[in-house]
Amino acid sequence: MTAPNTVATDVVLKLTNVHSYYGAIHALRGIDIEVPRGEIVTLIGANGAGKTTTLRTISGLIHPREGSVELNGKDISKTAAHELVVAGIGHAPEGRRIFSRLTIYENLLMGGFTRTKAENLEQVEHVYGLFPRLRERASQKGGTLSGGEQQMLAIGRALMTRPDVLLLDEPSLGLAPILVQQIFGIIREINSRGMTILLVEQNALQALSIANRGYVLQTGEVVLSGSSRDLRENEMVRKAYLGED
Amino acid sequence: MSASTAVPSGRFAARRQRLAEVSSRHRSWSIVVGIAIIGAILPVLANIPPFTLATPTNAWMDGFTNAGVWVLLAIGLNLVVGVAGLLDLGYAAFFAIGAYTYAYVASPFGNSILGIEFVTKVSPDLSGLVFWPMLLVGALVAGMFGILLGAPTLRLRGDYLAIVTLGFGEIVPIVFLNSDAVTNGTNGVGGLARPALPIIGSFSALNPWPYYISMLVLVAVVMMLAYRLVESRLGRAWEAIREDELAAAASGINTVTAKLLAFALGASTAGIAGVFNASKLVTVSPDQFTFIVSFTVLAMVVLGGMGNFWGVAVGAFVIYTINNVLLKVLNQFFDAVSFPILKDIDFIQLQFLLYGLALVAMMLLRPEGLFPNSRRQRELHTQVLEPGADELTTAEATTEEGQR
Repeated sequence: MTAPNTVATDVVLKLTNVHSYYGAIHALRGIDIEVPRGEIVTLIGANGAGKTTTLRTISGLIHPREGSVELNGKDISKTAAHELVVAGIGHAPEGRRIFSRLTIYENLLMGGFTRTKAENLEQVEHVYGLFPRLRERASQKGGTLSGGEQQMLAIGRALMTRPDVLLLDEPSLGLAPILVQQIFGIIREINSRGMTILLVEQNALQALSIANRGYVLQTGEVVLSGSSRDLRENEMVRKAYLGED
Repeated sequence: MSASTAVPSGRFAARRQRLAEVSSRHRSWSIVVGIAIIGAILPVLANIPPFTLATPTNAWMDGFTNAGVWVLLAIGLNLVVGVAGLLDLGYAAFFAIGAYTYAYVASPFGNSILGIEFVTKVSPDLSGLVFWPMLLVGALVAGMFGILLGAPTLRLRGDYLAIVTLGFGEIVPIVFLNSDAVTNGTNGVGGLARPALPIIGSFSALNPWPYYISMLVLVAVVMMLAYRLVESRLGRAWEAIREDELAAAASGINTVTAKLLAFALGASTAGIAGVFNASKLVTVSPDQFTFIVSFTVLAMVVLGGMGNFWGVAVGAFVIYTINNVLLKVLNQFFDAVSFPILKDIDFIQLQFLLYGLALVAMMLLRPEGLFPNSRRQRELHTQVLEPGADELTTAEATTEEGQR
């Protein structure tokens, strides 16, 4: 069930028939997803559709019971989470999960845990370049940041390892509309500098407006996929996720 | 803390980093100096009234040395509970393993089990030398058991980990108690060799000084190592795990290995304390390692200030002194002045009631402990302020964005 025009040459991330479980609960029921290099791919769907589970499966926080996850052509479905960070997966988890008692600078360094100090100092500058706000507040505790700033920090922390693909889990969650705009602007900006992004969102309209292609998830299955434009014009998507009649 | 004062640009950040490194090295030497100063002050205190009135000087010195054993235990448990955030309620098990490890090598009974003839053949002045390498061996063996226990259980979190460690803490003394053939059961193993040094020979029960000074050195070394460890890459990983395990894993930290190492290193510190304690008591038995020991060490860590090594060391020292000196002195005092009601109370029997009260009071008044780790203090005391501050920054951010 791949997207119609996916004869993409360079696929960074490829999920084939992935089944994931939480104990006895069958959360992902055979998911196929392809993320071509340099693109923004979005997963949309309602609560409980399996979006976050998909990301957690990719980043190794849970392992699929069946199927394969390939990163740059190599199967990573059994690789531990911390090794995947080295392999090239950057994950900004749902709810941001920044280290609230560490300073912003320390948070970023923690993100670069697997890298050398010199690399980190360079990359911190890169992140500050993307998020000047973080530089202003470098010595402030993570917990004192506003929601939008925390999201910037979470994204910045995930970028510290210079991943091949950045997984973003609901970056707009709980943010004021104006900040949502800003965060999506930043995502597009990061993408324009060559970063491949897999974006999970409930805010389907926003997500489809910046993504190259999208997948619609329902109860652990991909029910629809295609280019963002096609999805935006799709009858079902319009009704269910874009709130149009 | 204003954000504008410290804005590390690339060069600046590098310099700050280097400065932090130098000061951390400096701080680890300050541990040595601090312990030397404390080590010099304590004997003076033990020589002046009113302290001499309570107990003779030598008894004080002996007591200080025993307190040192608890300081070691508290430092070790602090690594596990205070730094890595893993609640361990069976810490006494590793203390026991260290003690029995020494007992097997340094007692006639232990030697017969191992099938060697060491203590019986060699003079005490020589056999006691084995104490020094045994400090390391005890640490290694206890650390190994730490890994053995940790490997299957560290997948658990919070309460569940606490319950499993509690079980382990019960199992170890019971195994020592019931394996009569190899551990001599209830009676334990006696006749352990006392430590010895080349010139001064075997330590003696009558002269507390060699024990006292060795303990000072041991505490200084262990504290310095623990401190350096926490400042290291591994220490950073522990801190991240304590803060948010999932985010730590997503940052590329191998949480399983890091947690195992916390457990193993905490356990080996208890192993060192066990070897020392056994060599001082010259006997080990299962009843020295009950749950009360685990609990007492935990209370020391919590009261002293989780995460801060000086804090937990002071906590250990204070609680030990209250337990073993103050309560006794209170009894004597109220008996002597025949104070109504209070003279009829046996404070030693009330020890755990007083503990409980102290812990409750502490949690209400100063939950971060006497000498807290700065980060923990922040966690426990900024909560009241933070939501307001957070709203402000959000509002401010929104309006700023709106104006653009």
